[in-house]
Amino acid sequence: MPTVALERDLLYERLGQSYTEEEFDELCFEFGLELDEVTSENALIAKEQGADKAGTGSDKVIYKIEIPANRYDLLCVEGLVRGLLVFKEKMACPVYKKIPPTEGSTMQELTIRPSTAAIRPHCVAAVLRNITFTEASYKNFIDLQDKLHQNICRKRSLVAIGTHDLDTIEGPFVYDALPPEDIKFKPLNQTKEYTAVELMELYSTDSHLKHYLHIIKDSPVYPVIFDKNNVVLSMPPIINGEHSKITLSTKNVFIECTATDLTKAKVVLDTIVTMFSEYCQDQFTVEPAKVIQTDGSEVVYPDLNYRHEVVEVADINKKLGIKIKADAMASLLTRMCLKSKAIEKGARLIVEIPPTRADVIHACDIVEDVAIAYGYNNIKMTIPKTNCISQQFPLNKLTDLLRPEIAAAGFTEALTFSLCSKDDISDRLRKDISTIRAAHIANPKTLDFQVARTMLLPGILRTVASNRKMPLPLKLFEISDVVFKDDTTDTGTRNRRHFCAIHYNKFPGFEIIQGLLDRTMQLLEVPPGKGDTQYYIRAADDPTFFPGRCAEVIALGRCVGVLGVLHPEVIAKFDLNMPCAAMEIDLEAFL
Amino acid sequence: MEDTTREILERVEKLGKIDTLELAAELNVDHQKIVGAVKSIQSAGDIINCEQCTSKKWELTEEGKAVVENGSHEALVFNAVPVEGIAQADLMQSVPNAKIGFSKAMSGGWIMIDKKAEGGPRVFRKVESIEDLVQQSLIKLQNLQLDGITDQQKTDYKKRKLIQEVKINSFIVTKGRNFSLTISKQETDLTPEMLSSGSWKEHTFKPYNFEALGVLPDSGHLHPLLKIRAEYRQIFLEMGFSEMPTNNFIESSFWNFDALFQPQQHPARDAHDTFFISDPMYADETKLPADYVAKVKKVHSEGGYGSQGYRYDWKLEEGKKNILRTHTTAVSARMLYKLAQQEKFTPVKYFSIDRVFRNETLDATHLAEFHQIEGLVADYGLTLGDLMGVIKEFFKKLGIQKLRFKPAYNPYTEPSMEIFGYHPGLKKWVEIGNSGVFRPEMLLPMGLPDNVQVIAWGLSLERPTMIKYGIDNIRDLIGPKVNLQMVYNNPICRLDRH
Repeated sequence: MPTVALERDLLYERLGQSYTEEEFDELCFEFGLELDEVTSENALIAKEQGADKAGTGSDKVIYKIEIPANRYDLLCVEGLVRGLLVFKEKMACPVYKKIPPTEGSTMQELTIRPSTAAIRPHCVAAVLRNITFTEASYKNFIDLQDKLHQNICRKRSLVAIGTHDLDTIEGPFVYDALPPEDIKFKPLNQTKEYTAVELMELYSTDSHLKHYLHIIKDSPVYPVIFDKNNVVLSMPPIINGEHSKITLSTKNVFIECTATDLTKAKVVLDTIVTMFSEYCQDQFTVEPAKVIQTDGSEVVYPDLNYRHEVVEVADINKKLGIKIKADAMASLLTRMCLKSKAIEKGARLIVEIPPTRADVIHACDIVEDVAIAYGYNNIKMTIPKTNCISQQFPLNKLTDLLRPEIAAAGFTEALTFSLCSKDDISDRLRKDISTIRAAHIANPKTLDFQVARTMLLPGILRTVASNRKMPLPLKLFEISDVVFKDDTTDTGTRNRRHFCAIHYNKFPGFEIIQGLLDRTMQLLEVPPGKGDTQYYIRAADDPTFFPGRCAEVIALGRCVGVLGVLHPEVIAKFDLNMPCAAMEIDLEAFL
Repeated sequence: MEDTTREILERVEKLGKIDTLELAAELNVDHQKIVGAVKSIQSAGDIINCEQCTSKKWELTEEGKAVVENGSHEALVFNAVPVEGIAQADLMQSVPNAKIGFSKAMSGGWIMIDKKAEGGPRVFRKVESIEDLVQQSLIKLQNLQLDGITDQQKTDYKKRKLIQEVKINSFIVTKGRNFSLTISKQETDLTPEMLSSGSWKEHTFKPYNFEALGVLPDSGHLHPLLKIRAEYRQIFLEMGFSEMPTNNFIESSFWNFDALFQPQQHPARDAHDTFFISDPMYADETKLPADYVAKVKKVHSEGGYGSQGYRYDWKLEEGKKNILRTHTTAVSARMLYKLAQQEKFTPVKYFSIDRVFRNETLDATHLAEFHQIEGLVADYGLTLGDLMGVIKEFFKKLGIQKLRFKPAYNPYTEPSMEIFGYHPGLKKWVEIGNSGVFRPEMLLPMGLPDNVQVIAWGLSLERPTMIKYGIDNIRDLIGPKVNLQMVYNNPICRLDRH
């Protein structure tokens, strides 16, 4: 979930009201936000850079507020305050308008070259005219771009935003993709020109930018936008040019978003212009730009689309378990920035979805907004009338019936991880990993999560190793799932429910483990004997066990597992120093 | 021993009261021997009463005893000086502790030194004879005759480490409730022989010490987290929920994400959050239901069922990627799809409690795998009020009475609610779970009737368990580092009791 940090006093000033921390927390709760942390610049500096550095910042209270991941319109103070003021019915939701350039001037144009298809095919653009930045709003403008980049833009991989001082450049603009050695410009905050090749080198050590290089690094062509005079505006998604940099005194802003996902690019552009057109001379207006596609067609951006959805009042009441009239429901929705009107004598509502609410994609999103404005906690709780006869999952039922019996036989239950290292299921058990049908993990962060376990034994032996200070004997068991590759399932893998037990003491206690096997078979109503409904053990060779001290368990006519005295090398590889007898069987045979 | 015992009992009988210390002096036996006899009488029942008292006494050190034997260091030095005098160097060699003795004899005015004598300093007697007061005083102290010895002297001898003060525990012994002059031997416990011969009637028995703890039985123990799992399972069964088969840790991205209308660019599908499988890397697409896959593709990329969709290029390649499931809701999706394939829809209530996996950075409260608890109801016309009501009943069984709900975002539910419970111990609202109504974009492509609603909620098994047992580090609870003593000591699980 994204978090925005806002200065409390400025926030209250914009809200036109002060709150106690509890009151504000309550408001957030009701609206679906979370007041995550109350801090200050100094407290943050102290936390990040050490207490001695604190004091260099301000002591003004900062609220860190958690925003739902789909509400891009709340990622800056402008949008958040707008949302809350509309919710508290202190203002009407603004109407965002596209106003074409005044007579005599033409719309800004940007042409997409076909070569961009190979790397980043989409581009959208717009202009904010006659904007006035203050230090605070300038900072918010930069912050919002950063928040969008981190969230909806998926760290610039889907969409990258470039904003420019329009008065330093001259349209029409071209969005092209060129070989890196053919791109040369002075990047933001640098004093000399670099080729794109040099830039990739320069930024490979930049703590901020190095994370984005991989998006284009191996492509034969890099995206680049330049103006009529070949001035480079940006090399998306890495860096803008120094030339068109916006400053506090910038009056006209040219915004371009390049993307691999056109839908998201449109949402990003809509979000930026709806949020910051607040500071334009003509508030909440945007000057559109014309984007010429590779097939020659022209599309005017931003979308700034108002969509209308008709919903049934009775249906919404039914879905929420409330009973309110159409007008009341319409005013609840209006408080959520979804301007609504009752139609057809109150049977239905017509709901207007503004360009700021890209999260509303279905009538069910409208239902939720009715519920939020009505107040979740004002809805009467009822018990569903659904009557069902419950069934246990047979494998879990068997497991939960056996567990207390094994404990009653004197064994203590372990609970170990289902992921482990390759060595745990192979080398440490004196087995070759290539002979084991284990599922392997592609991206483990540590060696402990290389494979899904194929046996419970290694986890139990690790448990013994961590509890060597406990009095002997240690008698442990676990009944849980292991995973094998299996071509017959859709994922190519299958869980198997295993039962493992060990006896760790000054003597191996093979007879004790064998006794537990006999007791288990008694519990499962499988009598001893060599018939197809019986069980027996027979000598076997298994590298995990000491030669001559290992047997297979044959039950119901097939091999279900193994028991024996662990090989001394296995004991050593798990850092143990006492003899140990163990068994591991597959329980699914006994369902 | 028996003599001493009889002596003690007879004296108590005669005098009513004795002091062990006095008795030891009188009988001239070691005090410890008397105390031993008293203890043994005491253990035989209420024959005597003992009152412990502590006294201090002066005792000679080894050095002090040597003085009693041979005379003080200064006297020894004096005696070593012949009338004609002796070279100081020779004198110092002639007796032990000569250095102390010399300085004491000097300051006592017993001897003198001629530093200018020929052949080095020479020592002479200054007086003809001496009286060794130190030795005399120590002899008195040894015999406990303290009269005539000043405190100043005691302090001085103590400083010279000739005497030391010791504490003595002694007893004042009086008659007990069952006082008698003879002690019959007490039996420790009943034996089969006593029962068959009837001799138990004649014996007295050693009293039990009811202050001590008993001997714990040899037993096995269930794991605390799994005891709680069993309890949650029981609650769902009491509420009429059936258990879903969650025994498939590895899941395709299709069932884990795509079927739940979670877009393919969603951050949860990032390698930083999810474990991907390298072998077998992909699910077998021929085993995925083709017509359903086509519907999922459409709802993501174009919308439908009243939805705008996410309008991006949905790729089966991405859906085929195998992962360790990130939630058990993947199984719920499979079950709901299966339900939709029935000829006629029947309402269901499902639950599961099983492991899920996140490729997270590990800390004291986060592991790469944990247990998710999930419940869902699918029926015609379910309401948000029904969801809140069923959640309330569920948490009531866990002893949590006060709940409230916060709007939240979840890609596959709408409305979505975080569940907060009031924790009377912590005196605050704590997030205890998540819930919501499954989106039509998830349910309708499966083929469920469009007036069927599915309401669901979920929580983790570990978090409430850690709070219940006051465990700060999750590794103490799960995995190989579990503290077995904690497992041995863990009580039965009663979730509704606080």
